[in-house]
Amino acid sequence: MQFFKTPNIDFVGKRYIAFTISIILLALGILGLTVKGPSYGIDFSGGILMQFSFNKDVQLDVVRQGLSSQKNLDFELQSTGKQGIIVRVKKTDKSQEEMASEISSVLQSKLADTQITTDRVEYVGPAVGKHLSKQAMYAFSFVFMGIIVYVAFRFKSALWGIVGVLALIHDVFVTFGVMVLTDRQIDLTLVAALLTIVGYSINNTIVLFDRIRENLRLIAKQSFASVINVSINQVLGRTIITSLTVAMVSFIILVLGGEVISDFGLALFIGNAIGLFSSVCVCAPLTYEWEKRKRDRFKKNNSLKK
Amino acid sequence: MNKLGFRTVVTALLIILSGYFLFPTFEWYRMSDDEKAKAEQAKDPIIGKTLNLGLDLRGGTHLLLEVDASKLNEKVAIKDAVARAVEIIRNRIDQFGVAEPLIAKQGDRWIVVQLPGIKDPKRAKELIGKTALLEFCLVSTDTDALNKIQAKMSEKKLSGAAQASSDPEIAKLIPEGYFIADSKENGRVYLLKKATLTGAYLVNAKVELASGGFGFPHVSLEFNQEGGMLFADITGANIDRNLAIVLDGVVQSAPVIRSKIPDGRAIIEGNFNSEDAKLLATVLRAGALPAPVNIIEERTVGPSLGDDSIKKGFSSALIGVAVVLLFMFIYYGFSGLIADFALCLNFFILMGVMSYFQFTLTLPGIAGIALTLAMAVDANVLILERIREELNLGKTSRVAVDAGYDKAFVTIFDSNLTTLIAAVFLFQFGTGPVKGFAVTLTIGLCISMFTAIVVTKLIYDFLFKENFINKIKL
Repeated sequence: MQFFKTPNIDFVGKRYIAFTISIILLALGILGLTVKGPSYGIDFSGGILMQFSFNKDVQLDVVRQGLSSQKNLDFELQSTGKQGIIVRVKKTDKSQEEMASEISSVLQSKLADTQITTDRVEYVGPAVGKHLSKQAMYAFSFVFMGIIVYVAFRFKSALWGIVGVLALIHDVFVTFGVMVLTDRQIDLTLVAALLTIVGYSINNTIVLFDRIRENLRLIAKQSFASVINVSINQVLGRTIITSLTVAMVSFIILVLGGEVISDFGLALFIGNAIGLFSSVCVCAPLTYEWEKRKRDRFKKNNSLKK
Repeated sequence: MNKLGFRTVVTALLIILSGYFLFPTFEWYRMSDDEKAKAEQAKDPIIGKTLNLGLDLRGGTHLLLEVDASKLNEKVAIKDAVARAVEIIRNRIDQFGVAEPLIAKQGDRWIVVQLPGIKDPKRAKELIGKTALLEFCLVSTDTDALNKIQAKMSEKKLSGAAQASSDPEIAKLIPEGYFIADSKENGRVYLLKKATLTGAYLVNAKVELASGGFGFPHVSLEFNQEGGMLFADITGANIDRNLAIVLDGVVQSAPVIRSKIPDGRAIIEGNFNSEDAKLLATVLRAGALPAPVNIIEERTVGPSLGDDSIKKGFSSALIGVAVVLLFMFIYYGFSGLIADFALCLNFFILMGVMSYFQFTLTLPGIAGIALTLAMAVDANVLILERIREELNLGKTSRVAVDAGYDKAFVTIFDSNLTTLIAAVFLFQFGTGPVKGFAVTLTIGLCISMFTAIVVTKLIYDFLFKENFINKIKL
């Protein structure tokens, strides 16, 4: 079986369409970050998360009312089905013990005849929150640097590495923006998802670069633009199939994985799609633009000398 | 690489080794709950060899503690204090009875404590967080000074000894060599002489039921020889005065010394219930922490959520992988089956490696396995698409397969290595469950290089050599 014979799409010629889509996506990300603002989970902001389950259905509003009557308790409520809730409290001066016992006692008094089980408690102190944010920043910086160095070394051109990483930053930024716009918590699991997207997206880009490198040797007579086009079309089938398998798995994690990792599945699903787009439509044409300008400048210099 | 025999031996060896390392895990999950409990009690060696499940899957508590350096004795280096604290916390947890705890230093002054499967995290936190500094202090007979202090405190509406001591006016009223401490019963403060006898001289502490009385439990203490002598001196020289027993700065009781106590034994009374008394005896036996510790991070997962996570995690991963396997078969036919076989082998070896190195499997880790397998397909997709191209050029199946593997190798190597860069740094900087994800991602990627390239090629070579197939259709 084969979805399509090797196609013949003029990616380089249509590059401005791809660039426009990219810019719209980036604008969406910026919009998410500036207008809406990211909602950092307690991993980074510090605070407490408590997850409870009950032996009967519970109205979210009842719990909300009860917690609202507490002083200095800036909380967020999330339901996990009819018989479960998650309470998040960020940025308080209260100690962990105070917060935990306050929340528990409110639930007990409001839901007197319900059996309450504490399924999960996560507390992150402010110092740890800062530490974890720093770790996440380090992880991204080192990954990006590592990839630039490796690609520069293997392809003998820092340019390709930089273009690859630019596309990655694009993928991470847009995915991050979509997660913010859809009201997801920015926490450690999301960071893990974003780094995985980085890994998978660069994978696609490398496969493409690899083909370009090979074709530059094989069909050197053709123009740079047509070498890029041929290469993209040759690896298109593979790239789509691999992205499809990743999409299937992340979609199933999103739907069936349970509330702890469903956001993780969502981030991967979105990031995988954006990574596919940027690797195929943006990366190589961006390389083309760059190379073309370099050559133009080179020609100009030469003609001036004459 | 080209010799068929050598590759077969390596592959077979890996399969056998993985099976060997996974065997204890299989055994463990075949046991009934009763048998498991028995094995745990008998400290069966099987326990150390099964696949490690993370706290998010088996339930339990993860704590990060910070040693409060500001309250540390100036003569003690922070490094030594943290090391000592780790040792003491380990002692306490061992006596409390938790299976497979992890207690380790992290960074300069942080301590990680992981307690799998505990049922009462609150009590565990008390157990770990109590400084347990026990002091025996003579109560000052200077009632005049105490009255002045208390008057000043009620005038300034200060509650508690800590607030009072930091007030400069009250600090002036406290005689040299003395300090004030709260009492366990509300309101009162004591004026106490600084201690010479502390919990450091203890050899034992245990719970006893008071004979007579109302049967309240108390904690009986036994000093070592040096402590016993000190105790005898203090009690001998101060008959009819009150001796306060101070725990973490709070006076537990302050009985009157009736006579010299020569045998080095003492009793802490208080309105304990038996659980409290047991906890106190445990922390006293294990010794005092060099400085107070604060809990700066906690992650507790209840057993029911853990079970739920295992079920949902595994079922979604299984379904995900099944869909990928099916897709490969539909899209590539027989060659897809060979790739599927490589995937299953990848999974098997991955679990074997996890067992051998005692890596921890977490919920994101399970997702990581499914994703790794979805991504591991990539190598085979690259190879198969290459073979397809070669076939389209009119080459024979056998030549096309060889050429496909040859040409795809560089690409697979480069693309997997860059993904590996991301995975390795995720491992380096990730914590807890995220680290578990990085582990399965990294190992799975490395194994996939082997199974997807070496093993599948081996199968093709074998099939061609034995003439089971001579044509490939894609």
